[in-house]
Amino acid sequence: MATLIEPVVIDQMTPIPFKVRTVREELSHTFTLELEPPDGEFHFEPGQFTMVYAFGIGEVPISISSSASEKSSLQQTIRRTGAVTHALGTVIPGRHHVGIRGPYGTPWPMKQARGRDLLIIGGGIGLAPLRPAIYHALENRDDYERVVVLYGTRTPDDILFETELRRWGDRDDITTLITVDAADRGWYGAVGVVTRLIGRVGFDPSNTTAMVCGPEIMMTVTAERLMEGYAMAPENIYVTMERNMKCGIGVCGHCQFGEKFICVDGAVFPYTEVGHLFDIKGV
Amino acid sequence: MSEMYVSGQSGIGRLIQALAERGHRVIGPVVRNEALVYDEIKGVEDLPKGWTDLQEPGRYRLEQRGDEKLFGYVVGSASWKQFLNPPETVLWSGTLSPEGFRTDPLPEPPKYAFFGVRPCEVAAMQVLDNVYGSDNGTPSMGMRTATRELTFIVAVNCVEPGGNCFCVSMDTGPTANSGFDISITEIAHNGNMRYLIESGSEAGTEILDEIVGLEEPTDAEIAAQESSLAEAAANMGRTLDVEGLPELLKGNARNPRWDSIADRCLACANCTMVCPTCFCNTIDDNLSLDGKHATRTRKWDSCFTLGFSYMHGRPMREGVGARYRQWITHKLATWVDQFDELGCVGCGRCITWCPVGIDITQEAAAIRRADLRDTPIGIGGLA
Ligand SMILES: Cc1cc2nc3c(=O)[nH]c(=O)nc-3n(C[C@H](O)[C@H](O)[C@H](O)COP(=O)(O)OP(=O)(O)OC[C@H]3O[C@@H](n4cnc5c(N)ncnc54)[C@H](O)[C@@H]3O)c2cc1C
Ligand code: SF4
Ligand code: SF4
Ligand code: FES
Repeated sequence: MATLIEPVVIDQMTPIPFKVRTVREELSHTFTLELEPPDGEFHFEPGQFTMVYAFGIGEVPISISSSASEKSSLQQTIRRTGAVTHALGTVIPGRHHVGIRGPYGTPWPMKQARGRDLLIIGGGIGLAPLRPAIYHALENRDDYERVVVLYGTRTPDDILFETELRRWGDRDDITTLITVDAADRGWYGAVGVVTRLIGRVGFDPSNTTAMVCGPEIMMTVTAERLMEGYAMAPENIYVTMERNMKCGIGVCGHCQFGEKFICVDGAVFPYTEVGHLFDIKGV
Repeated sequence: MSEMYVSGQSGIGRLIQALAERGHRVIGPVVRNEALVYDEIKGVEDLPKGWTDLQEPGRYRLEQRGDEKLFGYVVGSASWKQFLNPPETVLWSGTLSPEGFRTDPLPEPPKYAFFGVRPCEVAAMQVLDNVYGSDNGTPSMGMRTATRELTFIVAVNCVEPGGNCFCVSMDTGPTANSGFDISITEIAHNGNMRYLIESGSEAGTEILDEIVGLEEPTDAEIAAQESSLAEAAANMGRTLDVEGLPELLKGNARNPRWDSIADRCLACANCTMVCPTCFCNTIDDNLSLDGKHATRTRKWDSCFTLGFSYMHGRPMREGVGARYRQWITHKLATWVDQFDELGCVGCGRCITWCPVGIDITQEAAAIRRADLRDTPIGIGGLA
């Protein structure tokens, strides 16, 4: 008979239970979990993600959406799309736990961008991974020149973190613009794709770092617009990549994109590292 | 070079015994259901004496050789990865508890001795060691690392390469240079089967010191070993030109040649299952009926399946051409970016066990002949 060894974490694939402090419904299909690290602190950098495990159902990669300076809890904003994300949405705060592995992946270039304009462009749920970058910029406001947030989403009902976006919109130390793809007459804001907002804000293309997160097509179009319309250098444009992920640590092979493992080499990439892969079918 | 010994087949038997006495489960090649498989062996009589394997693209057959050779074949379909990283293995299991869940104790790793590991297979284990290496001290594959550390490796050098072998091109054979505890070369000398035995580690030396009846090889026997191995190197079934191969494949991502492979490839994933270095895996979740006990099981997966790249309700690699391109480009190009070496060791399994006989060496050569890097199609490849 096989003898048994104590289950200390024998590899990086074993998750750690985090208590669910709150569950907040954001939009009709999107909610935010606030989680409590068992040993009191959780360290991460803006742009990183974790593998979130629903007991017995499965594990999914989800970006952290809270401020990296807040270490006693973390938030993850999740859209219900399938079995695992649905299960995560049914947890009971104060009672249930979810499993967490991580943090994993590369961060937004907050350090490299010091002394520069920040152009933060999000699409749909893509605002969630960008929020820690926005928090960081606001908490360290003197480190950056202009801070601009451009957000595009489908309809006025799909505006993620709307209260917060409106609050930022009222401040003078950050410019925030929102656009929707389609709206009825009750909407007084901008209509159209997010790239159209770029021309409406001031920034110095030669001294700007852009951080873009959204559907792949939105990121490609945005990066092209910034390079062609504003002569921004591709190395100053950062995007996040998404692929099927099973491990988050470079051993399952699923997230490969060209020579990259998105889970360890990304998910945040300078456009120079992935731009050439976007227009090859089925990479 | 370490000390060298020579023996007859009885010495090989004593080596198997000595390993078993040290608590190793000795696994070696055996013939079962007309195929060569790796399974537990108790003695030299379990080895496939007098058998050989004929390998061609899409074809594998065992035949009697009419001699007494213990190692007169190359490799069967299954590789050693089935023991170090089994096709299905419990990653962890856990039970609900007030603090969330508690992971259950794991079984102790098995203590194997692999007997009759071909040089390309030794190289394949080293390739996978690099894949599973960890930067932070915590292993990424705990059970595999633990099993690997306990495993004793007896390599057998190749004096008769198979029809689909190309280890010389990949610089992995036909002689094992590192990564084993003991290596053996089988030679027919003056009508006798002689086994030249060399230690490759302290553990190897220790065990060889104990085995009785090992002799010192004669100069003629050493010369015979050298000439057999040199002859093997000159007799490879295939060759793969690796010169500039990564750039070639990455630069030809849009080559229409991939579509022609798609017309033949069945996307059956055989090639990835038999390959000793393919490491892709997925995880299955299970929950007990009362909802209190969960198990996560790691299973081999393949980049040839549609579900592999599934995202937002659709696969990212829809076409079979894109999937074949992913596979061969990973093996022969992007692996170098990831792990500083090629991901193929030239064992030939993917060629033999492909039902339609698609040959990795020929497909790479075809892309080389149809290199489109200097045309508009080549602009903006993977490179
Ligand atoms: C780096 C990264 C960050 C992400 N951040 C967020 C986020 O902040 N919020 C959010 O709502 N979503 C995020 N996603 C997408 C999210 O991971 C998928 O929506 C989710 O995995 C789909 O879960 P499901 O319930 O539909 O699972 P199922 O449909 O049950 O899918 C089964 C499994 O397939 C894999 N899988 C399926 N779809 C995806 C996918 N799109 N991406 C990766 N793996 C997938 C997962 O391993 C999942 O467990 C992120 C993805 C990545 C790669
Ligand atoms: S790709 Fe083919 S020849 Fe190369 S190691 Fe894998 S199975 Fe062997
Ligand atoms: S190359 Fe051959 S073995 Fe591999 S998936 Fe295609 S048909 Fe199957
Ligand atoms: S998610 Fe497994 S390798 Fe990246």
